[in-house]
Amino acid sequence: MKARSPALQVLLGVAPILLTLVAATAILLVAGANPLAAFGQIISGAFESPRKLADVAMAMVPLLLCAAGMLVTFAAGLWNIGVEGQVVAGALATTWVALRLNAPAAVLLPLTVLAGMAGGALWGLLIGLIRTKGKVNEIFAGLGLNYVSMALTNYLIFGPWKPPDGATMSGTDPFPRAAWMPVIGTSRASLPAILLAVAGIVVIWWLLRDSQWGLRLKAVGQNENAAYRLGIRTSREIVLAFMVCGMLAGLAGSLQTTAVYRRLIPSISGGYGYMAQLVVLLSGLRAQAVPLVVLFFAAIQVGSPRLELRMYLDSSLGGVLQAGTVLFFLLVRGLRQRLSKE
Amino acid sequence: MRIEFRNLDKCYGSVRANDKISLTLQSGTIQGLLGENGAGKTTLMKILSGYTRADGGEVLLDGTAVTFASPAQAIAHGIGMLHQDPMDVPALSVLDNFMLGAGRGLAQQRKRSAAQLTELSRQFGFALDPDATAGSLSVGERQQLELVRLLALGVQVVVLDEPTTGISEPQKLLLFAALRKLAEQGLTVIFVSHKLAEVEALCSRAVVLRTGRVVGEVQAPFSSDQLVMMMFGQCFSRGGRPAAPLGDEVLQLDDIAVHTHQLSVEHISLGVRAGEVIGLAGLEGSGQRLLMQACAGIRRVGSGRITLAGQDMTHEPYHRYLQERVAFVPAARLEEGMIAGLQIREHVALAKGNGHLFVRWDEAEAGARRLIDEFRVVGQPTTRVQELSGGNQQRTLLGLLPEHLRLLLLEHPTRGLDVESSRWIWQRLLARRADGTAILFTSTDLDELVDHSDRIVVFSGGAMSRPVSAADVTCEQLGYLIGGRHA
Ligand SMILES: Nc1ncnc2c1ncn2[C@@H]1O[C@H](COP(=O)(O)OP(=O)(O)OP(=O)(O)O)[C@@H](O)[C@H]1O
Ligand SMILES: [Mg+2]
Repeated sequence: MKARSPALQVLLGVAPILLTLVAATAILLVAGANPLAAFGQIISGAFESPRKLADVAMAMVPLLLCAAGMLVTFAAGLWNIGVEGQVVAGALATTWVALRLNAPAAVLLPLTVLAGMAGGALWGLLIGLIRTKGKVNEIFAGLGLNYVSMALTNYLIFGPWKPPDGATMSGTDPFPRAAWMPVIGTSRASLPAILLAVAGIVVIWWLLRDSQWGLRLKAVGQNENAAYRLGIRTSREIVLAFMVCGMLAGLAGSLQTTAVYRRLIPSISGGYGYMAQLVVLLSGLRAQAVPLVVLFFAAIQVGSPRLELRMYLDSSLGGVLQAGTVLFFLLVRGLRQRLSKE
Repeated sequence: MRIEFRNLDKCYGSVRANDKISLTLQSGTIQGLLGENGAGKTTLMKILSGYTRADGGEVLLDGTAVTFASPAQAIAHGIGMLHQDPMDVPALSVLDNFMLGAGRGLAQQRKRSAAQLTELSRQFGFALDPDATAGSLSVGERQQLELVRLLALGVQVVVLDEPTTGISEPQKLLLFAALRKLAEQGLTVIFVSHKLAEVEALCSRAVVLRTGRVVGEVQAPFSSDQLVMMMFGQCFSRGGRPAAPLGDEVLQLDDIAVHTHQLSVEHISLGVRAGEVIGLAGLEGSGQRLLMQACAGIRRVGSGRITLAGQDMTHEPYHRYLQERVAFVPAARLEEGMIAGLQIREHVALAKGNGHLFVRWDEAEAGARRLIDEFRVVGQPTTRVQELSGGNQQRTLLGLLPEHLRLLLLEHPTRGLDVESSRWIWQRLLARRADGTAILFTSTDLDELVDHSDRIVVFSGGAMSRPVSAADVTCEQLGYLIGGRHA
């Protein structure tokens, strides 16, 4: 293999983003809009004020946590489509604690966090067991359970947990104040939530790189059969991977309820679970790259509603940008592999 | 077709797998390609058949320079390669596999292909059932399938990379007859092997590679000593087998039965003592593999009892066998033995590091270096195992075995190893007897069975013969036993 020039490496690295921008430009031109203005709107919509920055930070929290979790399942070679459901499970467990328990914030908040992690882990355990004991592909197990989690949320909001003056699509009653994650000043940014998310990705990065567990996961991911022969209890590792991922996703769901909405709403996961799949793919399964990709996704997420307000464009252009980048990334990666095979 | 290599170069990182190779191979001949493990044989053949590209130099076919971007292009130019591990699609039928790569698979063509398959099989005396799935065939049969598939695609050059490891004696003779026929028809056959006897029997000319370079070209008749000298730069005496005292009974099998869809192995009773070596002979797929897997705890037994050092292990899970210091080295190295994608040092860390929370990378690195030195692996601690040459994978696998084993189960332990490495590996394996390790191994190499076993059992159709003492049996007698006849 000849060493490829650094210039080519860099070019291949940024190519997906460039290609996406070209494609988005073409779409905008067809729609009769000024592409530069549109991109400018997204950027200013995400970064122009401290308030917007706080929103970006808070959008990064669930993405970081879900992506950290998915790094674990991807390392074990698993397609955990069920993250979305794990987020919801965490939110449900948290809501249960927040609405049920009467305790001061110092007690209640840690409990909500633990409940969220436990709820997500339980959901992960379910997927893991279906996969290892029931021999059902984890994609189907996860997808099925996602729908179950949605139905469960609606049932709870419109049933046992409905507000005294009648259920609405806006969810449960707000949590008691003791279950509100503290925010910085009057902003929407919650420091504990941000710290938890950072801790999540850092710990996972570290464990995957240096722990015996991370190595075992990698072995299972590369070749389950051979890993078993080498003495790794593959079923246990797989279930554990789902549970760890569920724990982190559940924490994301928990923080969505206690730090963002302060209640349970019907679409509590906000699609972050699915978006995290894209994040992890775009990061090339490397934990170091995840924060940057998350920033990119969160900025588009927060900035693109501007398109609708200011330019009368559909804000789903943001989604096109996100998905397009991933698509081009995968294409470029395929190209890269072809090049490096020689 | 005449093949010329001119100044071919190929590097993998810092390894010069092929170093300015220049060679001419005439058509209508069977050419032997020899060399120790890691000499660059597979690399050269992969360049010829379009699996990888050379860094420099050229390949000429009948005088015209060619470069192939893919195996398909090489086949279109008439060059086909049979890999050591069959590359068919196990889930598809023999006929489907046969038609792969033949372009459009229309219904009418199917009939024509079926006829062609039957005709080619008949020509070479192969018994291939078009409707069986490829996965149910033995290694030898899959090889036959691959060969007729390439011939149907019209190849003029057939490359065989260590084709005789893992196939039975009759299959080998059938294959050799087929290759001779092909050479008579004017095809060029390139035969990569470690077995000098086979090269002597089959090839009209042999080329020897060493560290990526051509170090010799000789015409038949060959002298083994001369070939060995060229391959290793020295000659080896076939060392005698030091005797070792036998200890207590380690493994006791009482009337074991194992069943699969294809085969039932029944009424197996055997006692193995510490330090004893038992060779399992027989045609591929006669039940040896099932018995090995049962002894390793990987396969459930239908009935009977397995006792290890006095403990009933019959229904214990696999990891209990590991705890009881039973190790199994499977034939499918990269599918069952090691993890493609992981480095040597990661394997070391997995094998040795249990019980720790964190990987001690410095220890893993040092362990990998020790393994590499001790087992003379051509590679680095950070080399991914799939990048090692076949023989070096085998060395690594053996190097990863834990110390102080009670029972060591080996499938084709020297598969893919050159003469010198095999000799050396067996020395290491037999040294474990001093530790009280009992060894069970399968092999298709009769010399290996006779040379290294204390006792030999012969499998045929799922039945196991009574053990015979290796000292009392010759290769000829063993050959008869395997064929199901009595000497
Ligand atoms: N894909 C690869 N990546 C890195 N190194 C490789 C790769 N393939 C081969 N090598 C290295 O190139 C050298 C030659 O390997 P090759 O497979 O050609 O040897 P070989 O003669 O076929 O040996 P064996 O008899 O053991 O199969 C070895 O040192 C091997 O480690
Ligand atoms: Mg080879």
